[in-house]
Amino acid sequence: MNVVLSNPEEGTTREQELIAQVQRGQAELFYELVRPYERRVYAAALAILRNEADAEDAAQEAMLKALANIRQFRAEARFSTWLIQITVNEALMRRRRERTRMTEAIDDHRDDEGEYTPRDFADWREIPSEALERKEVRQKLAEALSSLDRKYREVFVLRDMEQLNIQETAEALGISVASVKTRLLRARLMLRDVLAGGWEQGWFSRLPFEKGTKPW
Amino acid sequence: MVVNCQQVWKEISNYIEGDVDAGLRAAMDEHFGACTRCKSVLEGTRNVVQLYSDERMIEVPTGFGRRLERRLAHGARVRPSTWSTWSAWLVPVAALALIAGGLRWANSLTVPHPLQSEHAQPGRNIPPDMVVVVSAGAKDFHVPGCDVIHNKDKIRTLTAKEAIREGYVPCVRCMRKYLQIASISQASSEPVGELSPSVEAEDRARSR
Repeated sequence: MNVVLSNPEEGTTREQELIAQVQRGQAELFYELVRPYERRVYAAALAILRNEADAEDAAQEAMLKALANIRQFRAEARFSTWLIQITVNEALMRRRRERTRMTEAIDDHRDDEGEYTPRDFADWREIPSEALERKEVRQKLAEALSSLDRKYREVFVLRDMEQLNIQETAEALGISVASVKTRLLRARLMLRDVLAGGWEQGWFSRLPFEKGTKPW
Repeated sequence: MVVNCQQVWKEISNYIEGDVDAGLRAAMDEHFGACTRCKSVLEGTRNVVQLYSDERMIEVPTGFGRRLERRLAHGARVRPSTWSTWSAWLVPVAALALIAGGLRWANSLTVPHPLQSEHAQPGRNIPPDMVVVVSAGAKDFHVPGCDVIHNKDKIRTLTAKEAIREGYVPCVRCMRKYLQIASISQASSEPVGELSPSVEAEDRARSR
């Protein structure tokens, strides 16, 4: 997720310039401004809506809203965070609208109070990031993520994939900081267990791990 | 401070966040040094955070950026707020136009029969008592003697009012001056009321 710029300082300055230009009315520069974040914006919408077409539409709509409200952006905030928060709002709004129509089961009651006990304690080894070059691995990770309950998945995506901080995640989802921490803990531990199980099934087996070790 | 496995698991996420105080951190570090299970949990959790934070984990549909750019370009010209203002106006305006058009159309329907021709030009200023002719199988009514009367051997004479009521439409040649096509200036310069169509018709008939 870390967007590596050849010179981060320079990148930020360019971004600030672009923001100022768009705020002065050069709307045609807006796409250049949001382009580095388009993937994250999409992922935020997808985490909430769980449907590619809906997520894309919500992401586009959110970017139009961001453009329309660009003058409200204050330089103290991170631009990426601001974009993601707008996207999360848009996606949540759509889901609420959908809910009232579909009366889908709501899994949004209280956080599970019981403590989560890890199931797998195998030896671990760091998974090299090259593993992500393999589509199969990315797919398994995506599947594991989507197996989480909504409330855990959303917090995990915003904090660990979108890189919002705990406070920003809480604000974006309209929940308390304590809830974010509780859900984040659970999400991380559950994913770890799910993926350790995946190792047992062999989908990491072609990775260059030492014999007899597990990724975790 | 000494912590057990349960306490470690409860705080492990905060530990990764750097969100534990110095005392707890030291106690957890000590625990990890001694407990392979908790060490496994810690490193596995770190792996999770590390892997998912990689940008490659986010796959966007093909063409996503291009479509976003296009929609932004469109939105930059037509802002959602502008559009909603427009659409708010468009609905009643369109409705009024429809109603007005409908009324006008309804007013023009002075004939009980459907018009016999799709090209019908309901003559507006045709004197109702004007003598006209129609012929069997045709759709138009004419000034007597008009060049384009079909089936001249089967004509009958009637008034314009009657012809209109029966669904006949004015001939675009001989009734041109009464129609709203192409000759507005001519029509306006020749007030219908002053015309003497029957005389005119007779003149025409005589001249032939």
